[in-house]
Amino acid sequence: MSVVFYLLAALTVAGGLAAVMLKNTVHCALALTVAFAGLALFFLDLDAQFAGFAQILVYIGAVAILVVFAILLTKGSETPKEGVYSRNWLAGLAIAAGVFAVLGWAVLQSARVLPGPEGTPTATPVVTVLDIGHALMGRYVLPLEIVALLLTAALIGAVIVAMHEKEGAK
Amino acid sequence: MNPLTGYLLVAALLFSIGLAGALTRRNAILVLIGIELMLNAANLNLIAFWRYGPHPEALTGMMFAIFSIAVAAAEAAVGLGLVISIHRHAHTTDLDAMNRMRG
Repeated sequence: MSVVFYLLAALTVAGGLAAVMLKNTVHCALALTVAFAGLALFFLDLDAQFAGFAQILVYIGAVAILVVFAILLTKGSETPKEGVYSRNWLAGLAIAAGVFAVLGWAVLQSARVLPGPEGTPTATPVVTVLDIGHALMGRYVLPLEIVALLLTAALIGAVIVAMHEKEGAK
Repeated sequence: MNPLTGYLLVAALLFSIGLAGALTRRNAILVLIGIELMLNAANLNLIAFWRYGPHPEALTGMMFAIFSIAVAAAEAAVGLGLVISIHRHAHTTDLDAMNRMRG
């Protein structure tokens, strides 16, 4: 494990923790951007350049901005008087801790059989954007079309759901 | 330590943080933020397995991650549209206050 890995892990986990724990919702959105950036750097560190830049474009460029817009449109930045945590927060925290315990146990138990053993660094896979384009237009063309249809339907649906109703609106 | 183990542990930690956020926060937008963190943790797993798997040139994990990013973007757009719509209707994004389906 390199120094870069530990730095990126600390950045990502700190961003994620801040995103779910801060009181001000706008600060949460900014911390979420830090976590997304950490994950994009993880992807670049793992030689997945295309996925890394897609992560930057889609998450930091679009989803984070969308979250900030939603917060400002719903006046969500005002801290409620009753506190920011739900009534049954203890149960939620216990469930999350249990899930992490199970996942961590499973990962550590299966460490021996995972690919890529210590001391034998796997060769860097040479994957260019050209290869990804050929794969998207060849073997994965049907999923690509379905995703295009899904995105169109989702965007039209989001606009219709969030649109002002003409009658009955105050 | 196996390099893949480190990535899997970070992804598990990030997933649990997102789950804790989705289960404990009161604001609907913060719940969506938690769900986004969980989806991203899954993407990190996909990319890590692609990188350290036996056949990275097959691009399977990479394609799965790219399609997952696209689906997550659609989910975020619809989810935030729903939150805005509910806020216009009920004037709150507090999930504890939303306890009826009739408007």
